[in-house]
Amino acid sequence: MAEPSIPIIEIRNVTKTFQLQGQTIHALTDASLSIRKGEFVTLIGASGCGKSTLLRIIAGFEKPSAGEALMWGKPICEPEPQRGMVFQDYALFPWLSVRDNIAFGPTARGVPKAQARKTVERFVDMVGLGRFADAYPHQLSGGMRQRVAIARVLANDAEVVLMDEPFGALDAMTRERLQEELLDIWAKTNLTVVFVTHAIEEAIFLADRVVVMTPGPGRIESDNPMALARPRDIASPEFNDVRRALAGKLHSHHGRKAA
Amino acid sequence: MALADTPQQRLADMHAPSPWLARLKPLGLALIVPGLLLLFWHLATARRWTRLIPTPYETAEYMVDFVFGGIYNDAFSATAHIHLLASMSRVYGGFGLAMLAALPLGLLIGRIPLARLTLDPFFQLMRPIPVTAWLPLSMILFGLGARSAFALVFLGAFFPILLNTIFGVKNVDPKLFEAASMLGCKGNAQFFRVVLPAALPSIFTGLRLGLGLAWFVIVVGEMTGVPQGLGAVIMDGRTLSRTELVICGMIIIGVAGFVSDRIVVAIGNHLLRWSPNHHG
Repeated sequence: MAEPSIPIIEIRNVTKTFQLQGQTIHALTDASLSIRKGEFVTLIGASGCGKSTLLRIIAGFEKPSAGEALMWGKPICEPEPQRGMVFQDYALFPWLSVRDNIAFGPTARGVPKAQARKTVERFVDMVGLGRFADAYPHQLSGGMRQRVAIARVLANDAEVVLMDEPFGALDAMTRERLQEELLDIWAKTNLTVVFVTHAIEEAIFLADRVVVMTPGPGRIESDNPMALARPRDIASPEFNDVRRALAGKLHSHHGRKAA
Repeated sequence: MALADTPQQRLADMHAPSPWLARLKPLGLALIVPGLLLLFWHLATARRWTRLIPTPYETAEYMVDFVFGGIYNDAFSATAHIHLLASMSRVYGGFGLAMLAALPLGLLIGRIPLARLTLDPFFQLMRPIPVTAWLPLSMILFGLGARSAFALVFLGAFFPILLNTIFGVKNVDPKLFEAASMLGCKGNAQFFRVVLPAALPSIFTGLRLGLGLAWFVIVVGEMTGVPQGLGAVIMDGRTLSRTELVICGMIIIGVAGFVSDRIVVAIGNHLLRWSPNHHG
């Protein structure tokens, strides 16, 4: 066990540039962020603000051009099971049933069969897919597919769950249900969640902290702790105040650009 | 399944929209065009629009003799199975060999850039050459006879399998590699757990095309100095002016090719039941 004083994820002055048709694109400039174990952090911003790039750096899919990304104080060099990713377009294995998709991680890591089976059944039930355990991904709705993607990461002992606009492609009702279920799972487990979204309400509803990012070049604008008591009521005046304040920060760069 | 045997049952079957009726409908629709063709053939021969082609009845009679014997009792009576087996062994032998060569090559070219740069241009250059154009060369290389036919079948089946395998391997959704690696499946392990299953639909398309082409090529391959085989029968029929023999050979090749295609499709549908867009 690491000491509780060390953040589970730490981003130190990370810059990420891409080369695109001879031009240098600054996807992320001098970003610093530290996340403690068990926190639920949302990254919010318009497209091009670098929120997905930051998430992919934490996942280990991308390397910082400058600065460093650490987990428990050690540099992140490659994707690893303890940081599970939930993609917007699910990225389930279409040739595997729900059960086998969830079993993919444990099997790949050589977890003994009996133990893997028990873990898989537990998470199939946790995301409410017991009746569909033998179905293939193309037979499921978008919401059900995303539940499989979440269960797949949890069954693989992820400590940090990275979510890249996971509910962006779902209808409003399904999205609300999944948000609540996600909070439920988060409360029951000791998970740390980093959640990218472009919807302000979603960011406030879910997070302990909302990190606002702005584009051109992509950077972290502000880090906002959410004091609202859970469960949160989207219709309450307090919620609305927070939303208005965040919307102001989110659009602040427009003023800066015009000036 | 117990079929309707009593009149009552038969009546019930006719009135209730039974699953049997639902299954007979596509069959009936599929038989319309062949039926019309048969009718046209019958009219064309019965009314003597042509005198060179035997009537359907004569052909059917000859087919019975060709398969079972006992009607004409000539050199071809009751020999259909010999020719069919000879052709099948070349078709499946050549196809199997093509599969053994094309699958690993395709996986290699699709996965490893160095292999792609070295081999892909060569195969792209060879591909447009029709298999039939290889006939003289394969006769020189492999001699007159079965080996030459075998070589042509191999060539015919090789390219569709190779190209579709390369396509399938190259077009795996990159997200699936990311998903696999964050779940702890890395490097070479991804080959069996991601690349191969993801490429399977394409590979099956290639196998199906390859087997179809193998049946296509076998006739050409057996036209030169092969004593047995359906292609040889058709060539013999031509030289002996026995058109009914030619037609019988054609029908047997058609049926054999159809049956082997259905078998591949059935295997594919079972293995690819996870795929929403793969139902042949």
